[in-house]
Amino acid sequence: MAYDKFNILTSTVVPLPAENVDTDQIIPARFLKATEREGFGDNLFRDWRYDVEGNPKKDFVLNDPTYSGKILLSGKNFGSGSSREHAVWAIYDYGFRAVVSSFFADIFKNNCLNIGVLPVTISPEFAEVLFKAVDADPKTEVEIDIDKQKITLLSTGASESFDINSYKKENMKNGFDDIDYLLNIKDEIAAFAENR
Amino acid sequence: MEKNTLFDKIWDSHVVRSVPNGPDVFFIDKHFIHEVTSPVAFLNLEKRGIGVLHPDRTVGTPDHNVPTVDQDKTIKDKLSRMQVEKLRENCKKYGIELHDLGSDHHGIVHVIGPELGITQPGMTIVCGDSHTSTHGAFGAIAFGIGTSEVEMVLATQCIMQTKAKKMRITVDGELGAGVTSKDIILYIIAKISAAGATGYFVEYAGSAIRSLSMEARMTICNMSIEMGARGGLIAPDETTFAYLKGKQYAPKGEAWDKAVAYWKTLKTDEGAVFDKEYAFDAADIEPMITYGTNPGMGIKIKGNIPTTEGMEGSNKISYLKSLEYMGFAPGEPIKGKKVDYVFVGSCTNGRIEDIRSVAAFVKGKQKAANITAWIVPGSREVEKMAHEEGLVKILEDAGFELRQPGCSACLAMNDDKIPSGKYAVSTSNRNFEGRQGPGARTLLASPLTVAAVAVTGVIADPREVF
Repeated sequence: MAYDKFNILTSTVVPLPAENVDTDQIIPARFLKATEREGFGDNLFRDWRYDVEGNPKKDFVLNDPTYSGKILLSGKNFGSGSSREHAVWAIYDYGFRAVVSSFFADIFKNNCLNIGVLPVTISPEFAEVLFKAVDADPKTEVEIDIDKQKITLLSTGASESFDINSYKKENMKNGFDDIDYLLNIKDEIAAFAENR
Repeated sequence: MEKNTLFDKIWDSHVVRSVPNGPDVFFIDKHFIHEVTSPVAFLNLEKRGIGVLHPDRTVGTPDHNVPTVDQDKTIKDKLSRMQVEKLRENCKKYGIELHDLGSDHHGIVHVIGPELGITQPGMTIVCGDSHTSTHGAFGAIAFGIGTSEVEMVLATQCIMQTKAKKMRITVDGELGAGVTSKDIILYIIAKISAAGATGYFVEYAGSAIRSLSMEARMTICNMSIEMGARGGLIAPDETTFAYLKGKQYAPKGEAWDKAVAYWKTLKTDEGAVFDKEYAFDAADIEPMITYGTNPGMGIKIKGNIPTTEGMEGSNKISYLKSLEYMGFAPGEPIKGKKVDYVFVGSCTNGRIEDIRSVAAFVKGKQKAANITAWIVPGSREVEKMAHEEGLVKILEDAGFELRQPGCSACLAMNDDKIPSGKYAVSTSNRNFEGRQGPGARTLLASPLTVAAVAVTGVIADPREVF
């Protein structure tokens, strides 16, 4: 469904330096039982965030009041494994609007773009710069400008450009989704289907 | 003449239009749905006030979340029951074929598709499940999608996707005794890593792949996603045609001849260029097992867990965290470690050949006292064959517990969970933290290895046990 428009996001950052964060960690399978899209944020990173009794684990970043913000900064190969879109729903529902990593799994990245969470792929070097900056000052802010395709560490002005195809960029900026596009060309699709 | 890969041929013939500087509008021939990733898609269709465009191109079955006991009774878990009921309701409302719990062709979606002959060469196939790549074994482009895309397929029979890069993985030579297709794919993933094929669609080729049965090929394509690939496929050949002939949904009579003639054209042209190529020697592949928390962390069973030599920074931290979760130390041998559970099942290895191979190896033996052994057939059809062939009796005599079809302990959405801290050697596809239950420790291996582990109670090389 249509989502919030994404233009310039300026926010503090939540750092999660783990590598190969799979979608089973983002949202374990036992929390996929809903038939609606609400409330998944409560179980985001469930088994890293809470112990078996449901008590928050103090050493996990989402339980550390030092860190907050709408940008999740993670290690490489983020979102691998299952195609569950629930992983992105959980990230969105928790309040993140962008995920920044040096490497994303394919299906996860697609799912992000389909529901309005911006996946920002940066170089491993710039990821290191951001992790260090957030570590030194948790209140440091990062700006993500989708139109300029630029991510900037505001305290130093250090920045890097990122890729997004112009179709998806327009979608994100306007809060459109692919179904809007597909429904607009339904006659063309019908003609194609006819010949199959 | 332009030289094309098999992937190009199928992809290009399904592009309705290409968006400038954007994705392709990609037409889907067959769409599978299950109870977990479809309800929100149907809900959104309702909100938009639109219906299902081609209900005949979608097939449903409940699998992820179903109990594997008492399937004839009402599902106890309220949320699971609601999801299954929603699937029934939606299929009925829109006229979608459903293979419901307890019906003759109920089972894991990636097991029943091929079994019924719905999956055919040259098709584009999607499902809200990453192991949709399984169907690539028939020379189809098949991959997993998110729920937004499930909605797109229901509404328009299309999704919007950028074409992946092309990779070919060639395995030539003869496989040694006790080495299965599961070992081939675990070996490949260990070589190129859990992210090594991200951005690519993989074609598997070579004499070792050609020599495999359809079920063994499905095991390989199934795990393509575990190295990050969008999907994997194998060119169809006589093995493929023989498997499909006579299947319920396979073409019949003249239509069959016409189909086979077309299917024979589905191969990569000599001289076609891939973006990346790997070649492996089948003789180098031995029985494999994983020791960590992603499928790329695999070794030969007779090998040692890697040391941290050469690792640094976050890479080393992630590696040690993974071993800590598993309760293993760098550099130690894996063989001989005590195991608590074995699981034979899933869309990776829950087919009749898998059950046959386990039964053949444990016949006349007993499982070790410390092992709980679960066998979960991938479908009702597999279950029926296992009974008819006497396999169930052999397995039950050996101390295995046979359950009813479903995804079961592969992802532990239902009650089939491995307890925290316990070790499970599993024929499934993912060894992520908590995948088989919170705190569960999973080691992925072939059905043969699982049989060896069940009998000895420890991690064992099947070649040394029987």
